[in-house]
Amino acid sequence: MMKSKADEEDYWNSSKFKAFTFDDEDDEFSQLKESKRAVNSIRRLVEEDDDEDEVEKVSWSGEPIGSISWSVSETAASNQRTDREPAFPKITTDTTSISRSHSGYSLSALFKGKTRGGNFQSFTDTLSDSSVRLYAPELRKPKSEYKDYISDWSPEETVQRMQQGKVVSLEKFRSLQEKLLLLDYSVSAHDGNVITAVLIYLKRTLSKEVLFRELTDRQTALRHFIHYLTESKDHRLLLELLRALGRTEDVALLQYKEHLAITDENKKRDFLKSCLSLPFSPEDSSHVQDHYTLLERQIIIEATDGQAERGGKLEIFQKFPRKASILNMPLITTLYYCCFYHYAESEGTYSSPLNIRQTFKLSEKQFFVTALAARAKLKAWSDVDSLFTSRNWLGFTRKKSPLSFQRVVDVLHKNSAPTQVLQDYVALVDDAELRITLAQKHKCHDIVINTYRDLKDRQQLLGYRAKMVRGSAEERKINELLNNSQIRWKN
Amino acid sequence: MLGDFRVVFLGVNYLDIVSSLVTSFTHWSPDLLCCCCRNMAAHLSYGRVNLNILREAARKELREFLDKCAGSKAIVWDEYLTGPFGLIAQYSLLKEHEVEKMFTLKSGRLPSADVKNIIFFVRPRLELMDIIAENVFSEDKMHSPRDFHILFVPRRSMLCEQRLKEQGVLASFINIDEYILDLIPYDGDLLSMEYESAFRECYLENDQTSLYHTAKGLMTLQALYGTIPQIYGKGDCARHVANMMLRMKREFAGSQNQILPVFDTLLLLDRNVDLLTPLATQLTYEGLIDEIYGITNGYVKLPPEKFAQKKQGEASKDLPTEPKKMPLNSAEELYAEIRDKNFNAVGAALSKKAKIISAAFEERHNAKTVGEIKQFVSQLPHMQAARSSLANHTSIAELIKDITTSEAFFDNLTVEQEFMTGVDTDKVNTYIEDCVAQKDPLIKILRLVSMQSVCNNGLKQKVLDYYKREILQTYGYEHILTLNNLEKAGLLKLQSSTRNNYPTIRKTLKLWMEDANEQNPNDISYVYSGYAPLSVRLAQVLARPGWRSIEEVLKMLPGPHFEERQQLPAGLHKKRQQGENRTTLVFFLGGVSYAEIAALRFLSQMEDSGMEYIIATTKLLNGTTWIKSLMDRPESQSS
Repeated sequence: MMKSKADEEDYWNSSKFKAFTFDDEDDEFSQLKESKRAVNSIRRLVEEDDDEDEVEKVSWSGEPIGSISWSVSETAASNQRTDREPAFPKITTDTTSISRSHSGYSLSALFKGKTRGGNFQSFTDTLSDSSVRLYAPELRKPKSEYKDYISDWSPEETVQRMQQGKVVSLEKFRSLQEKLLLLDYSVSAHDGNVITAVLIYLKRTLSKEVLFRELTDRQTALRHFIHYLTESKDHRLLLELLRALGRTEDVALLQYKEHLAITDENKKRDFLKSCLSLPFSPEDSSHVQDHYTLLERQIIIEATDGQAERGGKLEIFQKFPRKASILNMPLITTLYYCCFYHYAESEGTYSSPLNIRQTFKLSEKQFFVTALAARAKLKAWSDVDSLFTSRNWLGFTRKKSPLSFQRVVDVLHKNSAPTQVLQDYVALVDDAELRITLAQKHKCHDIVINTYRDLKDRQQLLGYRAKMVRGSAEERKINELLNNSQIRWKN
Repeated sequence: MLGDFRVVFLGVNYLDIVSSLVTSFTHWSPDLLCCCCRNMAAHLSYGRVNLNILREAARKELREFLDKCAGSKAIVWDEYLTGPFGLIAQYSLLKEHEVEKMFTLKSGRLPSADVKNIIFFVRPRLELMDIIAENVFSEDKMHSPRDFHILFVPRRSMLCEQRLKEQGVLASFINIDEYILDLIPYDGDLLSMEYESAFRECYLENDQTSLYHTAKGLMTLQALYGTIPQIYGKGDCARHVANMMLRMKREFAGSQNQILPVFDTLLLLDRNVDLLTPLATQLTYEGLIDEIYGITNGYVKLPPEKFAQKKQGEASKDLPTEPKKMPLNSAEELYAEIRDKNFNAVGAALSKKAKIISAAFEERHNAKTVGEIKQFVSQLPHMQAARSSLANHTSIAELIKDITTSEAFFDNLTVEQEFMTGVDTDKVNTYIEDCVAQKDPLIKILRLVSMQSVCNNGLKQKVLDYYKREILQTYGYEHILTLNNLEKAGLLKLQSSTRNNYPTIRKTLKLWMEDANEQNPNDISYVYSGYAPLSVRLAQVLARPGWRSIEEVLKMLPGPHFEERQQLPAGLHKKRQQGENRTTLVFFLGGVSYAEIAALRFLSQMEDSGMEYIIATTKLLNGTTWIKSLMDRPESQSS
């Protein structure tokens, strides 16, 4: 697994790969210090209030003074003192409003069909054409707009008017052919808003079977319809549609997605169980199965452990009270939890780490790294040690790891393992350079010294001695080595 | 301004002034600085194309709407919009049009305010409609009859109006209008629609509404800056947008646009033509600020500690805990200078600047005559601004340096560069494995795995399955949904054919440059310290020698490539001066990263390129925000 170090060095030296280096930290970034010094000296020179001198004035908490978001909070704050009378919600008795809303689409016409034809409204519309968006003075009106006074629009003209945000009535398009023309024109206009409007009308006036059939031949419209159903959370119709289209995997995923909204764990588990029979792709199917199995198991573990914790009998829960429920946690977190609280359990129980490893077919590496972290957290160093122990056929024990020892040291260090523990594993790092770096980082002096000795590197050893405490055991050891005439130093 | 300033000082002994400026600078500096504050959008007009025209058009539009609602007004803001609106208008503009109060949209009762009109400024989102309905319902009708209006930004939506109708409040609105804020000018050469979901909608949900808005935005742009004679494009969405534009132009066939064209060429690029670039960690100064702290609407929020002002005699008693928010744009001279540099070149630039500023301040010792002193004093505000700007960017650079010099950053970058150069992209990567084992942020993992997939033209079944398994087991099974989304968007892919065409693309387009020069770049690859963004290479090759030279590679990339011409009325054909640069508008459909922008700016500045670029996009993004927009999360965690 470990690329031989020599290879790796070649690889970097070949200059084919240029790592992003902040080379010569000293001169590159001392420049930052330099500019900082300059800034500071000038500050002393001209002592002034810094808030005042920015080009754009910015209040500390964020917004530039005078900006909109700043003003929102300012004007709102000045309003806070207003007393709020407690009030019951009042029923609106607004009767005047329909005629007031005269800009834009006539939605009543669109959805309810009250004002058939909408002639009157569109007439007033031409007089006070408030909704034509003239963004810039240079924009010219399209030809079609000069026909505003004609009420009898073709499907194409209707679509154009809708694009301009004008009042239209779709009710007069009664035949299937007209409705489909309407749909096709809206699709070719690419205006999602108009397509949606037409689709809403079609959904209301066509039978599902016909609508689904026609949409099958119109992929763009179909996609907008699916999006519309998703947005408006009409899952029932959406599932029906996807089924009719034979998009079974989408159906399965959509249904599965609903579990996210379920908060009760038992209901969620039952829901996941019902998902098992859905037509997922083979690999997703096995993931969903795992998801269900995991939650089922978590519910059992949670019940048992919660009781044990409250009962106060098990020492581990007293010493390390659980921080959160294990419900809905990912698999690896669950494994960590079980390695923490249920490490020694036999393979027969639900909470046994070995059982979890088997059930979910975890790789050796995943299991190993999780168990390592959990046992290290508990400072159970003997458990840590035994994780690595394997016997060869001669009966000697030696340490083996599916993980590089560098990573092992990393994990142990993160769990604040003491130097005595760390050095055992640092010593197992194969590459001498890497071993020295790690040993220096973790203050495993013996390893550094021994490695330099093995490398016959007298200069480095001399250098290292300078860093040792006067009169310490390390210093003595280095001195002994340096005085040893048996060693043939390379420098 | 300068006149006013002189009046203040005429009666005073000049020598006193010099000593006083050292101590009490504050007394008069705010007045002076107003000349900079007042026109906050000045930087928009510095560029080759004066984008302030667009901003002015948008402001005009806003004033017209406000005047439509006669009488005093309160605006209820969809908070998301305050950022983009801030780029168009300040509070003062609203105030001039009788806007007396502003609130943030919240459920419950509207705050009381003695105004005639309540205007909701909202995005067309269903959940916002529900809040508006609640607001309207709880309004005390008998007490204070107020008129309601809605302004949808950037478009009205049938879905939303239907929702209001269902809630029974649609009829309560006197005006329902839309404020077409398609393209917001961000900088002198940058326009963004800030349409966050554009990529997701186009490539996941196949909803082309954002493309319609894009085409509309481009029509507006042409109305203001003249018809763009040449249109090039690559990708399905690009094709769609071009078709819509041509169609819309036919609609206006009755009259001709008489404006002399400002843009020579429009280049439309689909984001999915180049999925790789945004996944890579940006290494320009601005790119890194965005990667690490996130830039929204031209502002960045930074940890406050580095910016705390320690004054003498004042203990650091109340260190601000709120993040420091700073504007980032080319109005700031220093930022304009360093934003697009590789971060490794920023230190040198800052130090050079420091020396110049120090020297300028030292000048005061040489100022002997009244004239010289006057000269010095008149420059002080500018120098002060420069000093403050230098202080800020030095602090930011230090913050970034802490991260870029970390081992984690280096390791991550090493793996990215291995992938981009095609090393071991067909195997499970140990670094990714380790990151999963350490439970690094999921987005980081997804970014790396996607990158590996893209650089290998899809992953082998075994490798893909392995990654998926690890991710689901470590981060939770519910992420099946996200993984499926990434597959639909093409970021994760199963290798279909045995042939991986990425190496060919890389070699032909020279996506990897061995000797990228970070300090004095000679190629766009400096923005990623070696990797040249594919999208920008396409723009570069198009300018010279033309796409015909890369036909083969274009065929390997998804979607059609095409060229269209729009007829100009006689007399509008530009008579080009010798050596005059051409201008290309590059439109990224689905988002663009700051590093790509930097690369295009670099091309604009290259002496022999002969081309200036203006950049437009649906959204400014980085790998993290991009992947985030594709994730499916539990409802509670969304938004």
